[in-house]
Amino acid sequence: MSLIIYILVMAGVTYLIRMIPFTFFRRKIKSRFFRSFLYYIPYAVLSAMTIPAIFYCTGNVITAAAGTVVAVILAYFDLPLIVVALAASGTVLITGFFV
Amino acid sequence: MKSQFVKGMSHGIPIMLGYLSVSFGFGIMAVKAGLPVSAAVLISALNLTSAGQAAGVTIIAAGGTIIEMILTQLTINIRYALMALSLSQKLDKSFKLPQRLAVSYGITDEIFAVASSQPEKLSPLYMAGLIFVSFMGWVSGTFLGAAAGQLLPKSLTDAMGIVLYGMFIAIIIPPSRKSKKVFTVVVIAAGISILFKYLITAVSGGFAVIISAVAASAVGALLFPVNDGEENEK
Repeated sequence: MSLIIYILVMAGVTYLIRMIPFTFFRRKIKSRFFRSFLYYIPYAVLSAMTIPAIFYCTGNVITAAAGTVVAVILAYFDLPLIVVALAASGTVLITGFFV
Repeated sequence: MKSQFVKGMSHGIPIMLGYLSVSFGFGIMAVKAGLPVSAAVLISALNLTSAGQAAGVTIIAAGGTIIEMILTQLTINIRYALMALSLSQKLDKSFKLPQRLAVSYGITDEIFAVASSQPEKLSPLYMAGLIFVSFMGWVSGTFLGAAAGQLLPKSLTDAMGIVLYGMFIAIIIPPSRKSKKVFTVVVIAAGISILFKYLITAVSGGFAVIISAVAASAVGALLFPVNDGEENEK
C-alpha cells in the first residue's frame, strides 16, 4: 500500500468527522445511550491506546514504568498537560542512565 | 475585525507551546516507525490531531489495511464530531458555508476547550487566529522532532517517545479522579486492551483499540447513562 494513500485516507476521514457535524448538523442528539457513549469514547480510546503501549514506548520497560508513575501522580494533581508530558519524559531520561 | 484574528492568535499561544513539544514526540515516533520526515510533516499538517496520528502511523508501520485505517480514525476522532456539534451552536452570523468548511479543519481538544470557554459568540477570524498559531506549533514541532530526532542521542529520543502518552495520561486521570463512571470506563478499556496485547494477539493493534474503546464506552453508556448537559462538564 502506498504511503500517500494511507495519509490521504487518514486526513480525509479526520476532516469529514469534524466537517460534517460542524457544517451540516444543527439538531441535538436525542438518544441518551448514544450521547453517553460519545461522552465516554475519548477517555476509553486514550486509555486503550496508552495501556499497555506506554510500557513499550521507550525501549525499556523499567524507564517507561517510571515515567508512567510520574505522569499518573502529576496528572492526579491536575497539573497541565505539558508539565505531565515533559515530566514523564524527563523521568525516562534520568532513569535511563541507571538501567 | 483584524483584532479578532490577533485575539485568536494570542489565545492560541499556550496551545502552540504544548503542541510544539507533543508534536516533537510525534515526529520522532513517525521517523522511528520508518516514515520519511516529509510524510511526518504532511500527516501533521493534514490531520492536526495527536492520538489519531499516533494510531495512524502505527497502522502504516504495520502495513495495515485501509479499512483498519478508516475505522481507527473514526473511533479515535469521533469525539471531534461532538465538539464540532457543540461549537456549531456558538458561531456568530458571519459564519457561512466556506468559513464552516475551513474552520472545521482545526477542531482539536485544546482549540475546542479554549473556543468553548469564550463568553461571546465565535467569529471566523478569531477561530482562524487560534487555529493558525496552534497549527504552526504542531507542524514545526513535528518537523523538528522528525528531522532532529535522527541527530539527537538515543537516550533523548527514547525519552521523547513517552511525551504523547504522558499527555494522554494527563487527559484521562483528572476526570477519572472526579468521576467513578469515567474511572470505570477507563479501567475496562485498559483491561480489554491488555487482553488483546497478551492473550488475543491475532487482532491487530488498530482494531484492538477500537474494540476496547467501543466495548468500554458501551458498558459505560448502559451502566451509567449521562444526564442532559453533563457531557459539557469538563
